[in-house]
Amino acid sequence: MTDYAIELEGVCKSYPFFELQNIALQLQRGTIMGLIGPNGAGKSTTIRILMGLVHQDRGEVRVLGHRMPQEQIAAKWDIGFASEDMRLYDVMTMGWHIHFMKSMYQSWDDAYAQLLLKRFGLNAEQKIKGLSHGQRVKATLLLVFARRPKLLVLDEPTTGLDPVARHEILRELTAVMVEDGRSVLFSSHNTQDVEQISDQITFIDRGRILDSMDKEAYLDRWRRLRLEVPDGVVLPPLPGIIGVRQSGRLAVATANAFMPHLPSEYENSGVRVHAVENMTLEEIFVANVERSREEVNA
Amino acid sequence: MFIISQTDKRPMYLQIMEQIKQQVAVGNWASGQAIPSIRQLAADIGVSVITVKRAYLELEREGVIVTRQGKGCFVASDAEVGTRIREQELAQHLEQAARSAALLGISQKNLEKRIRAIYDRVADAEKEPV
Repeated sequence: MTDYAIELEGVCKSYPFFELQNIALQLQRGTIMGLIGPNGAGKSTTIRILMGLVHQDRGEVRVLGHRMPQEQIAAKWDIGFASEDMRLYDVMTMGWHIHFMKSMYQSWDDAYAQLLLKRFGLNAEQKIKGLSHGQRVKATLLLVFARRPKLLVLDEPTTGLDPVARHEILRELTAVMVEDGRSVLFSSHNTQDVEQISDQITFIDRGRILDSMDKEAYLDRWRRLRLEVPDGVVLPPLPGIIGVRQSGRLAVATANAFMPHLPSEYENSGVRVHAVENMTLEEIFVANVERSREEVNA
Repeated sequence: MFIISQTDKRPMYLQIMEQIKQQVAVGNWASGQAIPSIRQLAADIGVSVITVKRAYLELEREGVIVTRQGKGCFVASDAEVGTRIREQELAQHLEQAARSAALLGISQKNLEKRIRAIYDRVADAEKEPV
């Protein structure tokens, strides 16, 4: 057994108008990874490749120790996968679906399924066609959660949910992690969700991975510095600073490799540091994507 | 019990640290008492394991909690841990006040005078009969 639930190495996939380039990614067992990136960045393609639903042109993919796509049948017993384009049987009830899943999966936890029905406010007697979008998403996730899979792979699990439903899903995801050795990979546009519940963050834009690391370390590297530049002083270019906006005597610098001595280096060159602020993942997201686009356009 | 604020600009681990310190300072979590495991607290608050791990590590460094291998996490067992937390808070406030004063060019003497005046006012207010 390896220490990784998911391992991607040098994965490439070309489409006429989109290319996934050299994707390398490792998800340690027992952790949650949030996959973030703008629309069309390659999040869903990456997820489909590691589920064996799309075959990579090149590169190695291992999920729970199984080579993908070759060994996907063996791997999938232990993976719970949910994506937006999944459909339940409209004319059947929630109870029928539960019975169906129970008959297939030995790991099915019926008590947990009943508990989730209550927590998610779903009714076993109700037919799927009568459910709202949010209820359908919760129903799909219930059917995946109650299998108690070793690995959960969720493509946009909170998209289109109201705040209460989103909260319920995030709660269940963090509850999953109480048990040792279970892992989660989920994609989201919602940076707040990712910031709140993930241990690891992977950032994708335009088919490339910009960053992939420990969330705490990642957030810690980014800072916004509010500066005052007196007349006659020129802002020095410092390592770790990826962007500066200046208007008159005031400037704002963004650091993506912040070091504690950075403010004093500014002070030494005559610049006054008014504040050093932490950044939310949302702010980092925007700064990172803007920088990556500037690099591409340059 | 623990609530993470989305409008609070500080990172989540700092918010968790502060709320744990509150629990200890007010005596909800007594010195020497066992506290939730990292995984359990993460699930209770609904945040990632790594965030709680970071908060626990920093609290251990500050001497607020101790981790015993195989036994779990505990509030530090010295009786003064609550007082020490308040002491640290005071030190931070004083440092902040001194920095602001220096920035405004207020002399040390002037700052002392103003603190003395505030202290007298607060002490008087506490003495007044209800």
